[in-house]
Amino acid sequence: MTKKITVALAGNPNVGKTSVFNAITGSRQHVGNWPGVTVERKMGKRVYKNTEMEIVDLPGTYSLTTYSLDEIIARDFLIEEKPDIVVQVIDATNLERNLYLSTQLMELGVKLVIALNMKDLALAKGNRIDEEKIQEFLDVPVIPTIASKGTGIERLLDAVIEEASKARKNDDPLSYDEATEGMVHELEVILKSDQYFAHYPSRWFSIKLLEGDENIIKKAQESKKYTQIREILRKTDEDNFETKIADQRYSTIQAMLRQVCDINTSQLSGSDMVDRVVTNKLLGIPIFLALMWAAFELTFTFATPFMNMIDIFFGWLAGATAEVISTEWLASLVGDGIIAGIGSVLIFLPNILLLFFMLSLMEDSGYMARAAFIMDRVMGRIGLHGKSFIPLIMGFGCNVPAIMATRTIEDPRDRLITILVAPFISCGARLPVYVLLAGAFFGRDAGIVIFGLYALGILVAVLSAKLMRTTVLRGEDAPFIMELPDYRLPTLKGSFIHMWERAKIYLKKAGGIILIGVVGVWLLASIPAPGSGGVFGSEEIYGSTDSLVGVIGHLIEPLVAPLGFDWRIAVALVFGIVAKEIVVGSMGVLYGAGEDEQNLSNILAAGAMTPLAGLGLMVFTLLYVPCFACIGVIKRETGSWKWTLFQLVYGTGLAWVFAFTLYQIGSRIGFLT
Amino acid sequence: MPEKTLDLIEPETSVKILKLTGQRSLRKRILDMGLTPGTKVEVMRRAPLGDPVEFKIKGYNLSLRKKEAQTVLVETVE
Ligand SMILES: Nc1nc2c(ncn2[C@@H]2O[C@H](COP(=O)(O)OP(=O)(O)O)[C@@H](O)[C@H]2O)c(=O)[nH]1
Repeated sequence: MTKKITVALAGNPNVGKTSVFNAITGSRQHVGNWPGVTVERKMGKRVYKNTEMEIVDLPGTYSLTTYSLDEIIARDFLIEEKPDIVVQVIDATNLERNLYLSTQLMELGVKLVIALNMKDLALAKGNRIDEEKIQEFLDVPVIPTIASKGTGIERLLDAVIEEASKARKNDDPLSYDEATEGMVHELEVILKSDQYFAHYPSRWFSIKLLEGDENIIKKAQESKKYTQIREILRKTDEDNFETKIADQRYSTIQAMLRQVCDINTSQLSGSDMVDRVVTNKLLGIPIFLALMWAAFELTFTFATPFMNMIDIFFGWLAGATAEVISTEWLASLVGDGIIAGIGSVLIFLPNILLLFFMLSLMEDSGYMARAAFIMDRVMGRIGLHGKSFIPLIMGFGCNVPAIMATRTIEDPRDRLITILVAPFISCGARLPVYVLLAGAFFGRDAGIVIFGLYALGILVAVLSAKLMRTTVLRGEDAPFIMELPDYRLPTLKGSFIHMWERAKIYLKKAGGIILIGVVGVWLLASIPAPGSGGVFGSEEIYGSTDSLVGVIGHLIEPLVAPLGFDWRIAVALVFGIVAKEIVVGSMGVLYGAGEDEQNLSNILAAGAMTPLAGLGLMVFTLLYVPCFACIGVIKRETGSWKWTLFQLVYGTGLAWVFAFTLYQIGSRIGFLT
Repeated sequence: MPEKTLDLIEPETSVKILKLTGQRSLRKRILDMGLTPGTKVEVMRRAPLGDPVEFKIKGYNLSLRKKEAQTVLVETVE
């Protein structure tokens, strides 16, 4: 019989927790979300020596207080789900701060095993650590590991199995001064007298009460004993208990460390030397920009041939299937609907794979924190975190991976705002629309117009972020307290796993929405308008004035007429939701220019539209509803249809207001008419 | 030694923490990162645009915005 145990993986950020997780589970992992929030939850399985282990990767945290979502999640999981054992991954080069979390885990009364990771780096730094002694002091198994090489993982698993079979021990090795212990004791007596608290470790709960943990106090308020508890807590109010408690935890750790290890603090670390250059006053920004440029070019230029191949392949497949299927509407459904839909899901894969490979290298090497450090001043101005910068920049290539890249932003509100404004950054798919329209109407000045559109996108994103920060998502700026971890050599394996994970999430979670959207638009374009006498799915109907989408175009024409658009533009804009570049193709068909863009350009320039309306159309294309792929990932990453809808309405509203103002004022004063 | 707030300390200077003056939640987070009273902090450098600032504390590197650093009261050592 195999035994089943649940193992939670805890630890500070950047200690090699993901590497340990990967080393234990290999590819048997599953990424989802924690219930009710969009923080990522990774789980994996490993069968080892007749034991089936379910590994749950907790968010990386420095502590277990309630001031951040990650910490609440980790703590709730430990209390509510009671995993059989907790493995804390510790960075051996940074013992003091890492052990601070250990003290809290021990207070929680969990069964703990410590993986003393980065053993190689600690040795290289000249630190000598006596694991046996730490083990003795803390009374928990301490196993040295080098997770990036997989060293020590089996020993770790052996220790996990052995520890899991032992009884839970109840004594906490960490004690506080007499006054604190006295109050802890008084509180424990009360807690133990009420069944309501039976769920929580009483010592831990008492300490949290003394620390003034808001979440714990709220829980206590629901108990009948709260008046008594408040009586005791009242005595502490002046005392700054949280400082005292943190101080004592650290002092205990320091006292222990003096006996168990010999830490070399004399020389400047290699990381500090690198930082002298990388975050240098003069060189910091140029180096950052050069790296961003390289990452951008590699992601989007490298991806282009693959995207073209996917495009050509699906185009060919759609044509080929259409020929085999003799029923016209079915051929069109399969070709223009389903196959084109799958194509428009897959077309983003090269971008996503490459960008996440790149981001993973930046993250694992430690550079990402430096990038945030360098850009924080700029982003802070609009109420965001330095980490919001990279996703926004990547949006110039494609908004889809950009929105997925917001995962690195810890503060949920910062992250949400970044997601909501990211679609205003003008992506690569909008460029063909600008090129055609600006070329047709502005000739030699097209470059300036296009540049202006990019600038407008940035401006709208920045001002919208600021606006949201002061209205719908108002609140204190999250404090900026960020570790700059030592530089480390990333492993290819780690980056590949990360890249593949993102791709899977995209295909599973966003793919469906994209496909439904594309097929939905196909239906609108293929169903003949009642009374038109057209045939469903026929080529003559598809997207014409006699199709449903044509009817819709005519219906919304009064709405867009004040912007200088007619029904054909309205239809092209509906198609543009499938993918923005399709706006051009649809206009070609609707203006009777066929597939030939030069032809369309000539027709437009000859007066089918005024330059003013053309400019308005470009502005509208920039700001209105992003493409289905984008909508799909916004939904997936915000976890909320409400916010997704908010983005769509807000963006389209802005698009309308901008184009309206431009056209109305422009035509009054005779600008570009 | 005169007391100062941490944001005013010049790079390449070492100081000792005296007191945290921020709100409880901020104080708690800063404490969790190891900035307890008595701890030695070395100011490493400011970001190229002047803010945030990087510190070395307990053997690791941490950055705070000036706004947060302002809530840390320190005295200079050496
Ligand atoms: N030298 C060395 N590098 C490691 C070790 N464990 C992880 N790393 C590297 O440290 C970086 C961060 O690791 P990761 O697992 O992503 O850390 P996490 O943020 O805690 O999940 C990666 O570049 C890893 O390759 C180790 O034991 N030794």
